[in-house]
Amino acid sequence: MSLISLAGVGRSFDTVAGRVVALAGVDLEVDAGDLAVLLGPSGSGKTTLLNLIGALDQPTEGRIEVGGRDLTTASRRELFAYRRETVSFVFQTFNLFPGLTALENVRFGADVAGRPDAAEEAHAMLERVGLADRASHFPAQLSGGEQQRVAIARALATGNRVVLADEPTGELDYRTGIGILELLAEQSADGRRAVLIVTHNREIARMADRVVELQGGRVVRDGAPDGGAVPVASLRW
Amino acid sequence: MFIALRDLRFARGRFALMGAVVALVALLMVLLTGLATGLADDNVSAIADLPATHLAFSAESGVKFNQSTVTADQWQALRSVPGVADAAPVGNSLFNGHVYADHAQADKARTEVLANGKATSADTAGAPAVDLALFGVEPGSFVAPVQTAGERLAAGSDGVVVSDDLARKKGVKVGDVLVLDRVGLELPVVGITRKANFGHVPVVFAPLQVWQKATFGSTRAVATFVAVRADDAFVPATADQAQRLTTVTRTAAFDGSPGYKEETGTLVMIEGFLYVIAGMLVAAFFTVWTIQRTAEIGLLKALGARTGYVVRDAIGQAAIVLVGATALGLGLGLGLGAAMPGNAPFALKPVPVLGAGALLVVMGLLGSAVSIRRIAKIDPLIALTGGNAGAR
Ligand SMILES: Nc1ncnc2c1ncn2[C@@H]1O[C@H](COP(=O)(O)OP(=O)(O)O)[C@@H](O)[C@H]1O
Ligand SMILES: [Mg+2]
Repeated sequence: MSLISLAGVGRSFDTVAGRVVALAGVDLEVDAGDLAVLLGPSGSGKTTLLNLIGALDQPTEGRIEVGGRDLTTASRRELFAYRRETVSFVFQTFNLFPGLTALENVRFGADVAGRPDAAEEAHAMLERVGLADRASHFPAQLSGGEQQRVAIARALATGNRVVLADEPTGELDYRTGIGILELLAEQSADGRRAVLIVTHNREIARMADRVVELQGGRVVRDGAPDGGAVPVASLRW
Repeated sequence: MFIALRDLRFARGRFALMGAVVALVALLMVLLTGLATGLADDNVSAIADLPATHLAFSAESGVKFNQSTVTADQWQALRSVPGVADAAPVGNSLFNGHVYADHAQADKARTEVLANGKATSADTAGAPAVDLALFGVEPGSFVAPVQTAGERLAAGSDGVVVSDDLARKKGVKVGDVLVLDRVGLELPVVGITRKANFGHVPVVFAPLQVWQKATFGSTRAVATFVAVRADDAFVPATADQAQRLTTVTRTAAFDGSPGYKEETGTLVMIEGFLYVIAGMLVAAFFTVWTIQRTAEIGLLKALGARTGYVVRDAIGQAAIVLVGATALGLGLGLGLGAAMPGNAPFALKPVPVLGAGALLVVMGLLGSAVSIRRIAKIDPLIALTGGNAGAR
């Protein structure tokens, strides 16, 4: 059984202007060790899909199971526990806690996931993203790329098996973006984690063996990119 | 309180501002409590310090000191009421007088008063004028004052025991003579007792018969009220019915002192307003603070922090600021109180001061609790859809 499994998932919103179908009939299986890119133009439903997998939102149709847990029938309490223990987010706008230093931000991730070794883990992860020397800096004292590294360290320090990144390079320049994508790509390599990266950029999509393409809320393609995956460092956009 | 403590550090300017306001309210609270305690002391400390559980007034007096007259029959009857250990008459009236160190001058002034109704200014030269509450008690009864200097009251003597206040503020000493204005009674000061006030003036204790002479011009077997020492078996209503009395507890009797109710009522009202203002202030601060933190709270929830965790964090943060600021304010208030001039009606006692501090903290916590609902309503989704916890 896959780590992440979606069957016939749909999500529609009732607005004053009528019903908006953001997702429809999505079937998706993602295994531990997978690096997958969700590709699609703006408004195609990528963020909606990520929210559903992250249990920040509930589908109006279909079933979602992650790590054997059925998110569509879980209680509120179970969903909170799921967010603490199974899934980690990396956001386009970094979303660090402004009042916490880099190290404390990472430490918080490990704490909230209930890791007893939170303090050591926070150090180790900050080191892993190459920011050990900026541990006591506040987010406002870090560049965008550095903040995003801290955010990745926070996601990794949880030890959670699903990493969801929504346009993680959207606010970053090209050079910095490459570094961030490399860092994310590495995280699925140990076979424990699944990493899902959302982008609207077809070039970035080439970094993964697996590209799930969305259009108008439907999966229109799921497989290797044209010409196969290439190393992150060789991407140009 | 991982986040709460660090937010205090991060947004210290904002919290310092709110803390300063709370500290000022606490400071004001100390001053008000001091004033309330001081005024109450000034007005009724002599009653508060009576070793009695109840005070019995004449039924038609409306429990007012200046309207009540009780008779010897009444206080004697009270002694045999079940539950009553002892009952003693107390006479109480306000007088003016002059205190003389020189007995010859006192005699001369007294003669003047008896002949012309008042002494000339030449006669009273150098003798301090005093306002006083004359308390008549039976020497040896349980309400007789305990002297800190000189001698106790004695039956058949005109000797009086005066409040320490007169000694300190007017320089009255044992051996001086007090001459009551208009009445012309000459009362030798034989003892000093600890500070006792009634109706904002110092108390002079005299034997009951001396008080009767001063008040009625002759010794009539009456007093103002009966001080009663009783246990739980005492049923005031029964005695009241039989003796045409109105018996109230000692503390309830404070209201019978002129102006007491009005003074305390005004202060209690001001204090009440302050507590409400403090609560609303803290509520407003934490509402704005929570709105500013909306993205951060959404993020916390997206990372799996439960609402309970976030609420505990927020309330804990409020508690730290409130307790810190209140302690600071109380400290400043106590310092300022210690520097108050000695003749101001101001007294700081630990119970009212700490009580005010505790109430202030409780009101603040209630105020901060209004943000709980707001915290609970924040959707973790905002963290993903354009929320930026950094935007504060
Ligand atoms: N809360 C919502 N209410 C109404 N419509 C929404 C809501 N969230 C998303 N949508 C709609 O769903 C569609 C998919 O949105 P989204 O998942 O954000 O797209 P993407 O991330 O691919 O740009 C869009 O048409 C969007 O307007
Ligand atoms: Mg999006």
